[in-house]
Order: sequence, then structure tokens, then C-alpha cells
Amino acid sequence: MAVLQMQRISICALKENRKAILERLQEFGAMEIDIRLEDAGGYELQDVAGSKAIFEKQAHTADHALEILQEYAPEKTGMFASLEGKPLVDPETFNKAAVRQDNYMETANRLNALEKQVAEKKASILKIRDRIQALAPWMELPVSMGYTGTRYTSCLIGTIAGSMKQEDIYRILAEYAPEIEAVDVEIISVDKDYTYIAATCLREEAQRVEEALRSGGFSRPAQTIRKVPSEYRRDLEEEAKREEGELLALQEEIAGYADHRQELRLVSDYYRIRADKYEVLGKIPQTEKTFALSGYIPACKADALIRELTEKYGAMVETEPITEEEDVPVVLKNNRFSRCVEGVLESFGLPGKDDIDPTFFTSVFYVILFGLMLSDAAYGAIVSVACGAMLLKFPRMGENMKKSIQLFFWCGLSTIVWGILFGGYFGDVVDIVSGTFFGKEITIPALWFVPLNEPMKMLMYSMLFGVIHLFTGLALKGYICLRDRRYLDFFCDCVLWFMLLLGLIGILLPTELFAGIAGQQIVLPAPVVTGAKWMAVAGAVGIVLMSGRGTKNIGVRLALGAYDLYNVTGWLSDVLSYSRLLALGLATGVIASVINQMGSMGGKSVPGVIIFIVVFIVGHTFNIGINLLGAYVHTCRLQYVEFFGKFYEGGGREFHPFHRETKYVDIKEEKELC
Amino acid sequence: MLSAITGNGWALLGAALAATLAGCGSAWGVGLAGQAASGVVTEDPSKFAKVLVIQLLPGTQGIYGLLVAFVALSRFGLLGGGGTELSVQTGLMVLAACLPIAIVGLVSAYHQGKTAVAAIGVVAKKPDQFGKAMLFPAMVETYAILSLLISILAVTSIPV
Repeated sequence: MAVLQMQRISICALKENRKAILERLQEFGAMEIDIRLEDAGGYELQDVAGSKAIFEKQAHTADHALEILQEYAPEKTGMFASLEGKPLVDPETFNKAAVRQDNYMETANRLNALEKQVAEKKASILKIRDRIQALAPWMELPVSMGYTGTRYTSCLIGTIAGSMKQEDIYRILAEYAPEIEAVDVEIISVDKDYTYIAATCLREEAQRVEEALRSGGFSRPAQTIRKVPSEYRRDLEEEAKREEGELLALQEEIAGYADHRQELRLVSDYYRIRADKYEVLGKIPQTEKTFALSGYIPACKADALIRELTEKYGAMVETEPITEEEDVPVVLKNNRFSRCVEGVLESFGLPGKDDIDPTFFTSVFYVILFGLMLSDAAYGAIVSVACGAMLLKFPRMGENMKKSIQLFFWCGLSTIVWGILFGGYFGDVVDIVSGTFFGKEITIPALWFVPLNEPMKMLMYSMLFGVIHLFTGLALKGYICLRDRRYLDFFCDCVLWFMLLLGLIGILLPTELFAGIAGQQIVLPAPVVTGAKWMAVAGAVGIVLMSGRGTKNIGVRLALGAYDLYNVTGWLSDVLSYSRLLALGLATGVIASVINQMGSMGGKSVPGVIIFIVVFIVGHTFNIGINLLGAYVHTCRLQYVEFFGKFYEGGGREFHPFHRETKYVDIKEEKELC
Repeated sequence: MLSAITGNGWALLGAALAATLAGCGSAWGVGLAGQAASGVVTEDPSKFAKVLVIQLLPGTQGIYGLLVAFVALSRFGLLGGGGTELSVQTGLMVLAACLPIAIVGLVSAYHQGKTAVAAIGVVAKKPDQFGKAMLFPAMVETYAILSLLISILAVTSIPV
């Protein structure tokens, strides 16, 4: 339970070692580069934009080659592929990629070129197919489409708009050129838009005939082909077949590169890492012979780095503690159990400057509250087994995913415990199955009590858990005040509130009102009750007097104090908010029993059993899903709003060390930060 | 005319209102959120799981309504054709007990749906803020949970 101590580290070394030092830092992966350039002058920055862009482009080319491979030789991925994580490669393999980068890039470029050829082939095949399509209406034409006629006759080949019959065309001719008689019109084919015709007439009358036909909507074909259509189609089809063969060959060639996937991945990551390195290179100030570099490093890592840099490269390294006004990045360090809730914490915000790391407390309450909300032993077992199996099967899954699944594993265990305490196993499946199919109802008794039968009791306990959770938050606030030696704040903001709240609880417990709700009278010894009263009064008076201690004006100060006292209603609503523990717990149990009851409606028979099994599986899957979601969301809410509201600000900045940021492979190295 | 309604009738009306109104609210809310979610998925299918989770958030009111309806029906022997005859007073009490989740369920699910739409907008632009985005709709749900609580407590404390 801690935030790692950070140090500011500054490095100055000779330029000849620049490459080696930067590479070593990147491999080391525990230093965030943060360079503050003062206006001292005398240094210059190297322009690296060009080289960086080239490396990024290379990485992109390799990525694209991988996409092409995926299209033509798909790699089989399982349903849980996203859990598998990046494969581990040892540094030797990775360095081989650095040596053979040009070779590997050749593959990538070849793949890109092949893809371009494939696209061209596809376009050309499409064009040929279009031409064949356009030719279809002319298939019956026995002459070439460019045929103009014989010595004395002329042949007009073309289309007329609209579907027409032979006599329609003769009517057009009769209308526009009534004097001409020697015309023979042949209809090649008709579709819904055009009529395809060949008209033969005397050569000297050809022009007049064409004009007449044009008036009726005639036009010559857009492209003239010097071949007989049927022959031309045969040629085109042969060409298409040839092109398709070539396309297939290209595609096969691409697929043949499937074995080079690993190389492409390595080279892509290699260039990605180099691009990152050049980005840093562009930021560091350099003189003719030296360069300098600074940033943040976890204190526990600093010594090893300093020793290595000074001994190996003769660099000048200094560390200094963090000053007050610096915006230090945050790294959390927790035990194996608590670590899994770090993701939940991160999505609220990492600890800010004045915060403590609340991960440990958050993790304990998270697991307990989650279990209370799901509260079914069988569901808990399913969740735990599923998460445990995933953790075993995919040991290399991404760090954040792993944390979430570990968290759900623990939550599942807690759910089992609460389920046993409250007697929930798939709701009431034991009762229903034994009663329906075996004729004798058996109930697994709850180890503690059944919330549905005693909801008021459960409500009281929910609020008790809430009070514990909230008081832990308040106590942590007190701890922060003590840590920062703000003793007055500790007394006013923590002790006085504890007095008021504990006093109020002491007053409330023995009352009739409470007895009416809880169903049992709590008798406290008289001195305790009197003590509670005085404590509450003292707390309230203290809060009124002290909350506005920042202001001099006594009237304003009292007004602020009274306003702060009004926060007692906030505490009430916070505690009531924990009633969702009861509500969500009941929801799980009741929906489960609805499912069981529906399933058992088939009665004691073979179809009845089958119905039961189907309803059971579908229904409980649904119920687990919806209640997992509910438990997750509402546990987060209780942590973020009620718990963190008492002491935690968040707003810390995540640590982004200069490291080998890869996309496809993980390079074997020591990752653990301290 | 109202006096013609039996106790069983009133109780049934209460259960039906709980299931119906809360269910309508959830359908409304999930529907609103679903439209926004579909929009996000058209642009970026990889956000499917996240927006689906947010879309489902307004769906719980319907379940709460079902839950109260079921508890009411089974507690007063209206399930499975049991022959209990409830007095008119008891029936009216059951109706009253069902009203909180029925009404609050309807209204809160609608508003939770609208908040979910906005939260989906957050996820569309800043997927890493999923945790925070999810909390806004969950805030609205608090009031559905409170009314569920009252409904359950009331239904279970009415003497049969």
C-alpha cells in the first residue's frame, strides 16, 4: 500500500555514447523522460522529424503487410484471442530483426506491391466482365459491329430507345422518310430500355435513312468493335480466364508469405521502438561533444542505473529529491491481492499529491461488498472457476486484463462465502429440484440467515457495513491530517465528526424508532446513552465553532460551521446508499428463484426435466450476467462516491516510462518496478 | 364499481403495475441507449463491449419491477392457482406497496437511459474514461434501488 518514491534524475554524457545510453534507458524501461530546458542557451536540439517519420512509415508498412497476410492467409484465432496477450521473444531473436531489418522489410514491401497488383488485376477483370456484359445484346449479330455494308448497300447498326417491334421501326421510317422504300430492319435483341437493330439500305440513301432513324431515337453504339460479337466475346472470356489465373497466382504468392508473419511483427516493433527513441532524441539538448537528459525514476531503481551509466559510459548522473511544485508521475506498489483493484482505482484517478494510496482498503471492501451484492454461492463458484481457468490458460494476457480477472476471481470467492452464509445456491434450486423431481423438499440451511425472510435484519447489516466502510474513510482522512502534521485539521475534520456520528448512533440505537425498524430493542446502559448524548452535542458544537476556522469574521465563521453541520444529512444519505447491498442481493436470489420456478412448471416427467435443464441454463446465465454487471457497477459507485468522498481526491498523473513500446511481441526482460 | 374489485384483484393490479411500468421504463431507457450504442459501433466496432455494458444499465428497473411483482404474487398465493382470498384491505395494501418501484422505476429508467446516452458519448470520444462514464447512469439508479427497497420491505411486511 504505497506510492513509489520518485526521484529526479539528470544525466550528462559524451555524444559518442548517446546511442548506447538511449538504447539502454529504453531497455531499462523505468525512467520517464521529462526535460526542462532553461534559457541558458549554448545547446541545440537535433531535428529528428524526418528520421522519425521514416521509421513510423516502415512500421506502418510492416503492419499493412500483416493485414494483407491476414486477408489472404487468415491466421486462426480462438474465441479468447484477446486474452492471449503478446508472445514473449528473447532478446537474441529480437536483435536478429534489427540485423536483418532490410531483409524483412523486403518481404513487407513485396507484400504491399503484390497487393497493389492484385487490386489492378481485379480492376482489369472487372473491366473485361463489363465489356462482356455490354456485348450481350449483340450476340445474334452475325457481322462485326463496325460493318458498314457492301458496295451498293449500307448497314446501320445501333440502338433505338425503348422496346420496339419491327413494325414500330418501319413506322418511324415511314414517318420521317416516306419516300424511301428499300430498307430492311432486323432486330438483334430487345430489352426494357433499348432495341438493338441492324438496318440495311441502299448506299446512296444511307444518310437519309440514318437521319430518319435518329429522329426516332437511333444512335450508333458508343464503341465500335471490329470483330463479330460472338467471336469477340470468346476472346474476352479467354482474356478474363487468363487474368483470373494470374490473380490466383498472385494471391497464392501472398499466402505463401504466411510463414514470414513473425519476421514482420518483429520488424514492425523494431521500427516502432526506434521511432520512440528518435522522439526522445529530438528533445534532448546537445552541444558539440555532449548531451544531457533528465526525468523521473523510482528511487529504488536509481542506484542500479547510476552505477551502470557511470561505470560503463562514464556518464555524469545526479539525482535529487522531488520539489514541492513538481507534477510527479505516480506508480502504485501493492501486495499481490490488492494490486488487482488498481484498475478500479485508476479509472477514478491515481493518488494526487496529498493523497495516500487507498488501494489496500479499496481492495478489501471491494471484494466484500461485491460478494454481498451477488451473494449466491453457486454463482460465485462459477465466476471464480471461470476466472481461475482463464488465468491459468492465458498466463501472458495483458496486465490490466489480468488485474481485472484476478479481481473477479477474488470477488467470486467472497461471493461463495456470502452465498453460504445466506443460503443461496442458484437461488433455491435445491428446494425446487428435490421438491419437484424427488417429492421431498430439502433445504440447505443458511449458515447465518436468509435475507428474503428477514429483510429488515439484512437492511440493518447493510447499513452497518456501510458505517464501517465510511468510518474507515473518515479515519484515513484523519491519518492524512496526522501524516501532514495538521493536528488542528485532524481534530476538527476527523475527531469532532467521529464524536458527533458515534454519539448520534448511540442516541439512535436504544430508541423506539430503531426498535420498530429493526424488530428488536437494543438496551444500552444508561451512562453510555448519556455519554453518547454529550458526545454528540460536543461534536456538533465543535463543528459549528471550528469548521469555518479559515475566516476571521465570527458571524461568517458560525454560518460556515452550521452549514458544515448540515453535512450530517450527507452522512445519512451515504449510509442509506448501502441499502443497495440488500436490494441487489435480493434481486439475485429472487430472480434465481423465478427461473427455478419457471423451470419446474413442466412437473415430474421426462419433458419436465428437459424443460427444467434448458430454462435453468439459459435463465441462470442471464441472471449471472445481469447481476455481475450490477454488482460491478454498484460496488464501484460505493467506492468512488461514498468511500473516496470522505478522504480521496485523485488526479495523480500516470507514470509513462521511456520503454520499448511494442505492438506484437514482448521482449523478455525484467519488468517489475522494484 | 370499485367495490366490485376483490382483494386478489387489487393485489394483482399492484403486481402488474410494478412489472409493467418499471418494465416500460427500462424498455424505453435501454432503447434510447441502444440507439446511441449502435451509432458508436458503426464508427468503431471495437467499443461494442463497453457501450453494451452502458446500454444495459437502465435495464435493471424492469428486473426490480419483476422482482417485486414476483414476491407479491408468491407471498399472497397468487402464483400456481392457490385459492387464497385476500381481503380488500390487504389487496389495496399490496397495490400501495408496489407503487414505489412501479412509478420510480418508470421515471428513473427513462432518465437513466438518457444519461446512458450521454455516457456512451463519453466512451465514443474517450474510451479510457469508461469507469467514470459508467457511474453517471448508476447515480440515477440509486433512486430505483431505494424505491425497490421500500416496495420489498412493504410487500414482505404486509400480513397475509
